Amino acid sequence: MAKVILSLEGSVIREMNLEKERVTIGRKPQNDIQIENLAVSSEHARIITILNDSFLEDLGSTNGTLVNGNPIKKHILQNNDVIEIGKYILKYVSDPSAGQTSAEDFERTMVLRMPNAAQRTAAPERTDTMTRMVAEPPARAAAAPPPAAAGGQQAHIQILSGPGVGRELALIKNLTTLGKPGVQVAVITKRPQGYFITHVEGVNYPILNGATLDAQAHALKNHDLVEIAGVKMEFFFK
Amino acid sequence: MNRVIHQFDMASATDVGRVRAHNEDSIAVDPELGLATLADGMGGYNAGEVASGIAVAMVPAEIRKFHDSLGVRDLAEPEVREMVAAQANKVNAAIYAAAQNQANYSGMGTTLVIAYWHGDRVTIGHLGDSRCYRMRGEKIKALTRDHSWIQEQIDAGLMTYEQARTSKKKNLVTRACGIDLNVAPEVHTHDVQAGDIYVLCSDGLYDMVSDDNIHLTVSSLKSNLPLAAQQLVQQANDNGGRDNISVILVHVLKSGRTSAGLLARVKNWFK
Repeated sequence: MAKVILSLEGSVIREMNLEKERVTIGRKPQNDIQIENLAVSSEHARIITILNDSFLEDLGSTNGTLVNGNPIKKHILQNNDVIEIGKYILKYVSDPSAGQTSAEDFERTMVLRMPNAAQRTAAPERTDTMTRMVAEPPARAAAAPPPAAAGGQQAHIQILSGPGVGRELALIKNLTTLGKPGVQVAVITKRPQGYFITHVEGVNYPILNGATLDAQAHALKNHDLVEIAGVKMEFFFK
Repeated sequence: MNRVIHQFDMASATDVGRVRAHNEDSIAVDPELGLATLADGMGGYNAGEVASGIAVAMVPAEIRKFHDSLGVRDLAEPEVREMVAAQANKVNAAIYAAAQNQANYSGMGTTLVIAYWHGDRVTIGHLGDSRCYRMRGEKIKALTRDHSWIQEQIDAGLMTYEQARTSKKKNLVTRACGIDLNVAPEVHTHDVQAGDIYVLCSDGLYDMVSDDNIHLTVSSLKSNLPLAAQQLVQQANDNGGRDNISVILVHVLKSGRTSAGLLARVKNWFK
C-alpha cells in the first residue's frame, strides 16, 4: 500500500497509509491529515487513490501545493514525490509490491471455485489451484475509446459526383460504409493511427487517387480522392 | 456464376493480442453441421492451449458422430440439450484426466461455448465467461450469462454494470471445463430467424470492444464476414489487446425445418 510521510524541517511527524480512497489535507480537524499552521488552508488538498495509483489535487488553497518544487493543481503521484504544503513536506512512497507483476501474469483468467458448486472430493494436491485464486490480479482499465485520429481534427467525406454531389459526411463512427450494397461497398475505419479504407463487397475495388486498390486496407491522407461504385468523393480533415 | 445457397455464412478469427506470449484460445466452425465451438484456455506454460485445444477437437467430432448416427431425423429439443451438455461433460472429463496425469497440465481448464443450430432453433451450451451474442434487427443481446464472480455481483444487485466494467476482479470465472471432476454446463435453446447473426467470442474481444461497436462492425460488414471478424480483432488490438482475442460470426441466411433435407442432399452429394 502506498503511504505519505509528513515531516517539518527534516523531522518526521507521522506516516500515513493511503487506505482510503480520499485522504484530505488541511488545517481544520475534520481533515485526514491535519496540519495546524496558518499557511495551510482549512481544506488544502486531497489525495485520491484508485487501486495502485494516487492523484494529488490542490483544492484552491491560498498558498498553493508544490510537487518537487513545481506548483500543481492536479498531479499523478510518482514514487518519492515531494509534496510541499507551507513549510510541511509530504513524501509519497508508492506500494513496493505493486507494479512487479509480469506481463505474463497480467489479468490471467482464473477459476474461482465456489464451495457449493465445486466437487468436494477433489484430490488434495489440487488445492494449489485454490490458493492461486486468492491472489488478486492487477486492475485492468476499462477499454478506452481510441483517441481521435490525426490530432483531433474531424475527418469528412464530400461527394464530388452523382446524385448526392456536394453532400458532406463526418466520419464520426469507428466504421463508415460507403457505396451500394450488392454492387460495391467499401468501409472507412477510424483507428488510433489514422483512417483506412478497405474493400468490403463487389467485383470492383475502390479507386484511390486514380489507382485501383487491392483487398488490403489503405491509409487515407488529407484530400485523397476515392471512387466507390462510380461515385467520386474526397476525404479531408477540417 | 451461380450463387450457391448455404444455410450459414460463417467466419472466424483468433489472435494472440498485444500482451500475451501465447494464444490460449481455440475455435472450430462447421458450416455444414451448423456448429461453432469456442474455448478460452487457462493454465501455466502451454496448458491453456492444450485445454482449449482438447475442447474444440472433441466437440465437433463427437457432435458429428452423434449427428451421423441419427440420420436426418428431427430431434426433440430436450434431446439436443442433453447431447450438448453431454459433450461439455465429456470435454471436462478429458481435460481433468489429462491434468491429473501430467504435472505440467495440473490446474488447466478452459471456458467453452457450443452453438448448435438445428431446424429453426439454436442450442447454446456454455461454461465460463466466453459469450454468444445474437444480433437481430437493431439489437445485440448476450444469449449467455457469464459464469463469473462479477456477473454474480451484478445479479445480486451488489454492483452496477458500470462498476463491473472497471472492476479488478473481472477475470474470475466461477465455472470452467477441466477444473473439477463434475461440471454443470448451462444449456438453453433459442428460436432462430433468417438474418440473425450470432457472435461467439472470448473476453479478449468484449473487454476491449463495446457491445455497440461489435454490433456496428458486424452489421456494417456482414456482406464480408471474414473482414468483419478481422476488423473486430483489429479494434480489440487498437484498444490494448490485453488478452487473446477470438471471434466466430455466424450469419443465418436461411432458417427452418428444411435443414434436414438440405443436409440429406449434401450427404447424398458426398456418397
